[in-house]
Amino acid sequence: MAGYVLRRLFLIVLVLIAVSLLVFSITSMLPASVAHLILGPFAPPEQVKALEIKLGLNDPILVQYWRWVTRFITRDFGSSMLMDRPVAPILAEALQRSATLTIAAFVLIAGIGVSLGVIAALRHNRPLDHVVSIATYLGIAVPEFFWSIVVILVFAAYLGWLPASGYEPLSAGFWIWLKHLIAPTITLVFAHLAHVSRLTRSSMIEVLQSAYVTAARAKGLPERVVVVRHALRNALLPTITVLALDIGRLMGGIVVIETVFAYPGLGRLLVFSIQQRDLPTLQAAIVVVAAVYALANLVADLLYAWLNPKIRYGRTVA
Amino acid sequence: MAELSLEGAAPAPPRRPLPAQLKAGLLIVGAIVLLSLLAPWIAPHPWDTISIRTRFQPPSLTYWFGTDDYGRDVLSRLLMGGRLSLAMGIGATIISVLFGVPVGLIAGYFGGKVDETLMRIADVLMAIPAIMLGLLVLAVTPPALWKTAVAVGFVYVPLIARVARSVTLGLARVEFVEAARARAESAAHILFREILPNAWPPLIVEASLRVTYAILLGSALSFLGLGAQPPSSDWGLMISEARAFIDRAPWIALAPGFAMCLLVIGINLIGDGLRERLDPRLKGQIAQTAKVEA
Repeated sequence: MAGYVLRRLFLIVLVLIAVSLLVFSITSMLPASVAHLILGPFAPPEQVKALEIKLGLNDPILVQYWRWVTRFITRDFGSSMLMDRPVAPILAEALQRSATLTIAAFVLIAGIGVSLGVIAALRHNRPLDHVVSIATYLGIAVPEFFWSIVVILVFAAYLGWLPASGYEPLSAGFWIWLKHLIAPTITLVFAHLAHVSRLTRSSMIEVLQSAYVTAARAKGLPERVVVVRHALRNALLPTITVLALDIGRLMGGIVVIETVFAYPGLGRLLVFSIQQRDLPTLQAAIVVVAAVYALANLVADLLYAWLNPKIRYGRTVA
Repeated sequence: MAELSLEGAAPAPPRRPLPAQLKAGLLIVGAIVLLSLLAPWIAPHPWDTISIRTRFQPPSLTYWFGTDDYGRDVLSRLLMGGRLSLAMGIGATIISVLFGVPVGLIAGYFGGKVDETLMRIADVLMAIPAIMLGLLVLAVTPPALWKTAVAVGFVYVPLIARVARSVTLGLARVEFVEAARARAESAAHILFREILPNAWPPLIVEASLRVTYAILLGSALSFLGLGAQPPSSDWGLMISEARAFIDRAPWIALAPGFAMCLLVIGINLIGDGLRERLDPRLKGQIAQTAKVEA
């Protein structure tokens, strides 16, 4: 197992190197010169040249990449060109806020999604099943940005319960902090619930028809024990894989949600840095996202192996 | 889209009724495609004529879905925008199929180092959430809708390649492929004349679902300002522009939102119906029907 984890971690490092190369080559194709961006459109050409030399922008691309990587490893992510602050603390702040949002959404998606799936499976082909199916269908069918507008319309504009957008730190008070978190979380949860609930439903239906569930019922076990201990434990395996994928989907989702709700997390930082051509921020943010994404996938795989005794990575089944 | 799906259903054994989802999906998507295609002739008002006097009209008999902040008819814009969203989604999917399928075929057929290299590249591309990869690609050029389609198509190449690869893995050891190899046919012939025609069913299911994701991703990019540009009436852009007026004129945002909802549900239903017809989990069966046909 340890060998397997080490091998996977090594692969993640390789993937990150490749991602950083990809990001670096794409951003180096950006039209305007960085020096031009910093000095503005009216800067005299000799100043632009001087800054280009100072920033090393005329060096070969691989030299620039190497310089960037060596700095990156020492956690010197460079300075944001627009905010005139080092990137690392900006990124750490944004990551922490996004993590709050994503984790809250993830926990709710897992909890509500699995429960809805189980309920729908137990009421297979009855009205409640169809209601759940249609509701979750709506969730994936509609883009997140549309749901976020509906949430703003209902909870902020009409009911006036929640602020339409923005973010307040925890130090401003727990309720204020929570209120700003609710609307984006609801939107994320609704937009991503369907995968989990639909998969749980279909694997539950399959498992409920299996011989060992019939056997458990024949033994006279109470229905609750049959459903939770026998059926659900086995039906959850595919759900866990999908939950892992959901971490990735959520990280994509925050890009739009954070922009709509003006929530200053990683997604908004990314859109901002692309719009403003803030390269150091953009490069660092993408690599951080890829790293989190890869680690989440690894955790999901390990969890899957741990829950499914048939799979044991790194050694043959005894 | 509708025609494509019907063809996809064709190789299944005859005289089985079409699944209900497939019928419902075809009906919805067919209606939207038809309305969008006929948009220039059936739109009740010009989609881009600005008029101060008709700003923010709520839905009425003259303006079924109301008017927007420039006094333009929302229904007419919706109909014209449908063409853009559909074209973008289908265009992006075609791009990802054109590039993804050959990559998948090659990886699955040759295996070994080739497979390993191609799939690791796919892993790298999939290590970045789709929307961020799309943003990154679009960051380097001034935005336009066709570029969004290309970016979205590019983002989905590895996904299509994966499906194509797994189908090819199943087909590469089938007798008619062995026979072709024994005849010393070229690899290109085996890939595109022997394997590809039999790999279509699962690929079509995947592609039809990809259209949905492509429309959603493309509209999200448009929404973020990296797709269609004003005064275009792409649905994502329409919703984005309507955001500022959400409390006084919610219909401007709701109309394209519901339209998109309907379209995506329709395509999803087609995908589900097709999957029921040609269940990809029963790969053995697909390979067997393929054998019979060959």
